[in-house]
Amino acid sequence: MSDQEDILATAAGWLAEGETVALATVVETWGSSPRPAGSNLAVTASGRMAGSVSGGCIEGAVAEAARKTMAEGTPQLLDFGISDERAWEVGLACGGKLKVFVEKLEGERVA
Amino acid sequence: MKAAFLARLQAARAAGRAVAVATRLSDGTQYLHPEDGLPAPLAAAAEAALAADAATNLAHEGAPWFIQPHNPRLRLIVVGAVHVAQALVPMALGLGFAVTVVDPRRAFATEERFGGGVTLVDEWPDEAMQALAPDTRTAVVTLTHDPKLDDPALEVALRSPAFYIGALGSRRTHAKRVARLAEAGLPEEAMARIAAPVGLSIGAVTAPEIALSIMAEIVARRRGAALADR
Repeated sequence: MSDQEDILATAAGWLAEGETVALATVVETWGSSPRPAGSNLAVTASGRMAGSVSGGCIEGAVAEAARKTMAEGTPQLLDFGISDERAWEVGLACGGKLKVFVEKLEGERVA
Repeated sequence: MKAAFLARLQAARAAGRAVAVATRLSDGTQYLHPEDGLPAPLAAAAEAALAADAATNLAHEGAPWFIQPHNPRLRLIVVGAVHVAQALVPMALGLGFAVTVVDPRRAFATEERFGGGVTLVDEWPDEAMQALAPDTRTAVVTLTHDPKLDDPALEVALRSPAFYIGALGSRRTHAKRVARLAEAGLPEEAMARIAAPVGLSIGAVTAPEIALSIMAEIVARRRGAALADR
């Protein structure tokens, strides 16, 4: 995996810099989802982003959800894409459907 | 994911070990396979995910689990540190391959020509290839045009389970090559594995275009894409 694609390395680097980081992972897809299961998006509380979980359609919504996970530490399982008619609404114009797991990267507690 | 867990995962990946992360989606509990000794059904799913190189989902004890495999990087061995290789190497690195360039001619395999991020080997191709031991996650491309260098590399590659073996050269050049390799004792089935003329037929002319056609063919082979006959 190249550095450019190594989202985990990027996330680890941000964590080391003292950022608050959440990692989103595509865990299941149906239909024409652009990114396969295992694709990662890392976001920070300060607004940095690396990687992707879709073709750009739902990254905003995932980043928004990640704020809650970063604040509370509780992971979330997000569902996107319901039907073709509602695809525009939720952001997946392609009509795909996917589940995204969002977790906080928990740094070592500094006493 | 705990920072310590991420550090263990990154260490395993840096060491080139095949590992998988199992995550219980209901609460985020995580295990690293094989070092954490997962329950049998999860360990079996992790092995299957590594073999298929694809993430998977399963239910275990009433909870949904996600398993993500982290295989070592695919490898590309380039024989011939020639002009096309200079275009091929950065492209392969960008596609996530670990790249080794083999060329016993000292003037060719230099860091000045290839930069960092690539392993340069100046041994004779047969020795170098024996040491590199191509596996099912390795692609081999010969680019020297010189039978003295290409043939010994191909002989080793064809006796390995490399997923892609390509050789630069026209149909005419390849016909002669096949005749030589047959004389060296390689069976016809082995010869059929050689992608030659190397690369997808996109009318490539320049070195970067040839490199693109080669990488496109390697990706297609890797992903099992159906392609038109040569």
